[in-house]
Amino acid sequence: MNKPIIENLDLSRRGFVKGAVGLSFSFALGGVLLGRPSEVYAAEGAKLNAYVTIAADNTITILCPTSEMGQGVLTALPLILAEELDADWSKVKCELATGNPRLYGGAHKMFPGAQVTLASVSVPAYYMPLRTAGAQARKVLLDNVAAEWKVPVGELTTDKSMVIHAKSKRRISYGDVVKFAKVPAELPKIAEGDLKKPGQFKLIGRKDIKRVDVPSKVNGTAKYGIDVQVPGMVYASLMHAPMDGVKVASVNADDVKKIKGVTHVLSLPFGVAVVADTVEASRAGRMALKVEWDTKDAKAAPFDSEKAKEEYARKAKDPASEAMEAFKTGDADKALAGAARTLEALYWSEHTYHAQMEPMNAVAKIADDGQSAEIWVGTQVLPLASAVVAGVLKTTPDKIKIHPQLLGGGFGRRIWPDAPVQATVIANIVKKPVKLMLTREDDIMAARPRPMTHHVMKAGLDDKKNLVSWHHRIVAENVDAVAAPPRFAATKGRDYIGWVGMSQDFYNIPNLKADAIREQRGMRVHAWRGIGAGYNKFVSESFLDEVAAARGVDPFDYRLELTKNHPRAQAVIKTVAAMSDYKRKRPGRGLGIAFSDYHDTLTAGVAEVSVDKATGKIKVHNYWIAVDPGLVIQPENAQAQIESAIVYGLSGALSEELSMKGGAIQQSNFNDYHVLRMSDMPELHIKIIATNNPPTGMGEVGIPTVAPAIGNAVAQLTGKRLRHLPMSADRVKKALA
Amino acid sequence: MVREHLKLTGTKFGCGSGLCGACTVHVDGRAVRSCQTTMSEVAGKKVTTIEGLSPTSSHPLQKAFIAEQVPQCGYCTSGQIMQAAELLQKNKKPSREQIVAHMDGNICRCGTYPRIVRAIQRAAKEA
Ligand code: FES
Ligand code: FES
Repeated sequence: MNKPIIENLDLSRRGFVKGAVGLSFSFALGGVLLGRPSEVYAAEGAKLNAYVTIAADNTITILCPTSEMGQGVLTALPLILAEELDADWSKVKCELATGNPRLYGGAHKMFPGAQVTLASVSVPAYYMPLRTAGAQARKVLLDNVAAEWKVPVGELTTDKSMVIHAKSKRRISYGDVVKFAKVPAELPKIAEGDLKKPGQFKLIGRKDIKRVDVPSKVNGTAKYGIDVQVPGMVYASLMHAPMDGVKVASVNADDVKKIKGVTHVLSLPFGVAVVADTVEASRAGRMALKVEWDTKDAKAAPFDSEKAKEEYARKAKDPASEAMEAFKTGDADKALAGAARTLEALYWSEHTYHAQMEPMNAVAKIADDGQSAEIWVGTQVLPLASAVVAGVLKTTPDKIKIHPQLLGGGFGRRIWPDAPVQATVIANIVKKPVKLMLTREDDIMAARPRPMTHHVMKAGLDDKKNLVSWHHRIVAENVDAVAAPPRFAATKGRDYIGWVGMSQDFYNIPNLKADAIREQRGMRVHAWRGIGAGYNKFVSESFLDEVAAARGVDPFDYRLELTKNHPRAQAVIKTVAAMSDYKRKRPGRGLGIAFSDYHDTLTAGVAEVSVDKATGKIKVHNYWIAVDPGLVIQPENAQAQIESAIVYGLSGALSEELSMKGGAIQQSNFNDYHVLRMSDMPELHIKIIATNNPPTGMGEVGIPTVAPAIGNAVAQLTGKRLRHLPMSADRVKKALA
Repeated sequence: MVREHLKLTGTKFGCGSGLCGACTVHVDGRAVRSCQTTMSEVAGKKVTTIEGLSPTSSHPLQKAFIAEQVPQCGYCTSGQIMQAAELLQKNKKPSREQIVAHMDGNICRCGTYPRIVRAIQRAAKEA
């Protein structure tokens, strides 16, 4: 069940992208369709753009095609459409769309036509399609008014949901237009020149636009997957299988069934489920479970973090190991052989867990004939959830109705649709609607971590100490192989997720090689906020400081030198240096700088740290970051996203670590998996350099610079280079000893 | 109990072990972790959840959490507000250090900590 399920997802609908500019749309005239817009539109077929409904009372309902997991798309995406529609924002209602890529696919170059909430692509993917949809809706309104008033359409203007004819001093609200408007069979085409210029924006970029979901989140009314109840449902808990491929060798099912209310104890490929009439009984049953696993067919069973590290290190150096080329400029090997001086360093990172605050859950209700189902779930990829549930029921995805819920955190974890599949499997057995909720312990056992990685870094300097060769080798479980098998197959085994951050596109390095030794040891690795850039930037930006030291230049000056062809990169580096007063020495504290180009958003960060030599604990006092994300849709939320990602990055840099023994995760809850708490917070100083370049995404970009900036600061302060993530107290203490 | 039987789903489940604070409610005005509290312990006592904090969402902390745009995923927010409400009851003008000490048991995985501090300070000022 674990491998093939993603294959049903069509990630390559290129045709749709081309058509994006010519998208058509439909109106629900007079608001008769209001209230259930998504169902109605879904019925209207693929040619329609189903984003906007205008009601006679001037309410404008705009659907958000991607999932709200805290990153603010439920506000930002409708805002983009409202901008070109010239809507009165105070009358706009934002709702989540259902999963249907034919209606709601995006136009991102990496995921053309897909309806996905990942990789910070929501705004870049929908910026043009939603503006086009808004402009098209506005054009239809204008054409209707022009015909009604018998005036040239060119004399009409719009503002805040009003059509205005200045010459005759007439105004009419969009709601009133809808009362007589006709939608032409052939919808008007919108060219890029028909769209507003950024200088004309009234909503995009406005600092006072607040998130629409926030009021419901301060009074307990916001609804997440875990809050869903449906009539007649029973409760399921799950002792999650510690790895894929295990079987239940023994389970004390008879004892557990004696608990009042427990109806089923089910041994399933993904674990042992306890089904009960009440949540208490299902939880009590889960606690009483005693299970032994047969791991003989489990690929991961021999995996032990410590032993695996020895093997990774050996394979990295073994000339017989097969290394796949990831990125290449010039001839790094030749340049290294001819270098006057060479440097080499070994780096590491450990598995990390998403730790989204809402543990995995789903509600499944299957129709009596077993051929269709309703699923309530917070998921990052709605169409994937319906595809895999359809696979379980051996039916088609259109028979699966997903009710999208708010996500209590995603961070990549909720791309994988395991919870809806598990709930469906259980519901199919017990023949009742099932609410499956994982405990924190089982959520950790079900973790889909960022991989453990090993890196060999080599650099060559010529006799003038110029960097002439750069070689970054990674040894890690191939993430695409597990998390995106179709792309893995299509690229003949590359690892998009795992290799992000290795290509150094903004540095002027004449000879560069990045290659990978790809492990497949049954780890359930996955996308974790910031993906490969999380560890690859730690490694490359730390090693760059080692090169700078060999060259005898300041790390800040060196980054300016290497980015001399990229003014936008230079701008963020210079800005963060100015913000942090980078060259001013602070007694007892170290300062470190790092740069990142994750998914084309440019960032530079500076960390100010001190280290308690007795305990090894790093204290980050201040963190500055300058960010160039192109155009900013909603500045207040963009700021919040950067803050959020910095905290996630700090947590990963300093304390987060899953360890494996016998293929199983050893941690169980927040007592042994440490995430950042309020007392660990530095002061954050953020500057967003907004430009009119196309928007490039916000949700993850705060992460990549954090760990290397900290490592570089510790090196400056102590002279010791930290080369292993997380830089936990034990590890730092050992490094300083 | 609170979530599935009384259908007061504003209180959240995060860890089940008293480690995250997502489930924080008030018992006779004191913040407790509901996941660590049995029915017999609260018999005859007044339990307040986020839904009962203010019938109109107008508690100073709720207003301040909106003004500072604190919630992201929002899953931890009910617990954060209930924990903070206890602090402001005891201490009308908490210092930053007192806020951090009082709030340190509440995890926010979305990293809204700086905004939580600002919102508590704002609520203290405006209450
Ligand atoms: S759920 Fe009660 S403290 Fe975490
Ligand atoms: S807002 Fe998401 S955990 Fe706090």
